[in-house]
Amino acid sequence: MIMSEAIHYDAIILGGGPAGLTAGIYLSRAKVKTLILNEGTIGGQMVLTHEIANYPGVESISGFQLSNIMKKQAKSFGCDIKANISVSDLDLSGPNKKVTLSDGTSYSSDAIILTPGGRSRTLGVTGEDMLKGRGISYCATCDGDFFTGKEIIAVGGGNSALEEAVSLTKYASRVTIVHQFDHFQAFEHAIGEAANNPKIDFMMESAITAFYGNESLESVDIKNLKTGVITNFKTDGAFIFIGYVPNTEFLKEKIDLNKWGEIIVSSDMSASIEGVYAAGDSIAKRYRQVTTAVSDGTIAALAASTYLNELKVKQKQLITV
Amino acid sequence: MLYTNLKHLESAAELNKAISENENVMVICGRMGPMCIPVYGIAEELEEEYKHVKFFDMEFDNPESHIIRSLPEVRGFMGIPFTIYYRDGKVVKATSSIQNRDQITSILNKEFSATVKA
Repeated sequence: MIMSEAIHYDAIILGGGPAGLTAGIYLSRAKVKTLILNEGTIGGQMVLTHEIANYPGVESISGFQLSNIMKKQAKSFGCDIKANISVSDLDLSGPNKKVTLSDGTSYSSDAIILTPGGRSRTLGVTGEDMLKGRGISYCATCDGDFFTGKEIIAVGGGNSALEEAVSLTKYASRVTIVHQFDHFQAFEHAIGEAANNPKIDFMMESAITAFYGNESLESVDIKNLKTGVITNFKTDGAFIFIGYVPNTEFLKEKIDLNKWGEIIVSSDMSASIEGVYAAGDSIAKRYRQVTTAVSDGTIAALAASTYLNELKVKQKQLITV
Repeated sequence: MLYTNLKHLESAAELNKAISENENVMVICGRMGPMCIPVYGIAEELEEEYKHVKFFDMEFDNPESHIIRSLPEVRGFMGIPFTIYYRDGKVVKATSSIQNRDQITSILNKEFSATVKA
C-alpha cells in the first residue's frame, strides 16, 4: 500500500451520479478546484435507466448517454474524476476534510459534497447471492427473455414491482407476486393493471425466506407472515423489486442520518458538519428523480461555493490581523 | 450496438482470433442495460491497470455470440452479462449478471498471472 501526503482540492464530491456530476460542473465552472470520487461507474443509478423521456430540454436519451454528457461537461470545466475507487477512510471533522482510498492515496479539501446515491435492496436471505444471475434477477428488461414460458415470482409491492411483473408476462407463462403486506404501496393504475392480468397471481402477507437450486433456481421457501407457516414453492425465476437503500453505511457516526440511513440536510443541502453538503438519492427526501438530483447538486455546489468564498475572506482577515 | 470504449467482437471468428492471439482475455457479452453497463465501466477502468489482459465486449443479441451462449460453462446462466475469462484459449472462469470491481479483480488476480511467458 502506498502512503502518500494528501492531495488538496477546494472541494471533493463523493459520488458521480447526476447530483455529483452537476455539483462538479457548477464548482469547476466557478473555478473551484474540484475532484469527484466515485465507487462504481460514473452516472450512478441514472446509467441504469434505459430511456429518460422526461428530462426537460431533451426529448429522449439513455441514462448512459446523459451521464456521459454530464461527465464530459464536468471534465471540460476542469473537474478531476476518479471512478471505481474504494474509500477506506473518511474524516469530516475539522476544517480540513480527508478522504483515503484503499490503495493508500489520500485527498483533502475545505468542503465536501456527499452524493453516494443508492442501490437496489436485496432480500438478504439464504441462497440469494449464490443464485444471482442463475434465476434471481433485479432487472426485468435485462433478463426477462431468459424466462420465456416459465413460471416465476416477482417480489415487492411498489410501482416497480407491479409494473415489472406486468412486463414479465410478455415472457413468463405465470408470474406470482409475493408481497409482505395485505395491500400494495403502488399507484392504483399499476395495481389495476396487475390485478387484471390473467397471468398474474398474488401471494400477500408472505415473504421469501430461502432460495434453493444447483445450476439454477429451483424453488423458494415462502413464509406466510400471518400464520408463520413456511411452504416450499417450485419456481424457475425470482425478480426482486423491493426498493432502494442509500449508500451511506460509510457515513454512520460521522454525520447525522435518519432512521433509514438517509443524510439529513438543510434547505441549502448543508449536512450536520460545517463544510459538508449532501445531494441526490442519499438525502432524506420524498421524490428521487434525475431532475431532483440535478437540482440538489446545483444547490449543494452553490452553497459550498459560498462557504469556500467566506472561508477565504476569513483566512485573509486572519492574515491581515 | 454496444456504446462502450472497449474493443468490440463482432463475430465468432474474431473471438477465436482474440483468444488464440492473447494469453489472457476477458469478454463481456451483454446489452446496454443496467446489469451490463457497470461491468463495461469497470473493464474500461481496468484496461490501464491490467495491461497483460485484453478486454473485449460482444453484443448478446448478435447471433455470432452463440459461441459464448452455448459454452458449457454458462449452463444455468439467466442473467446478463455473461462474462468469460479465457487463458491460453480456454475458459477458466465465467460469471453471470452484474459483478463489482472487487469480484472482477479477484478473478483477474487469481486466473491471470502478470508474469510474461519466456
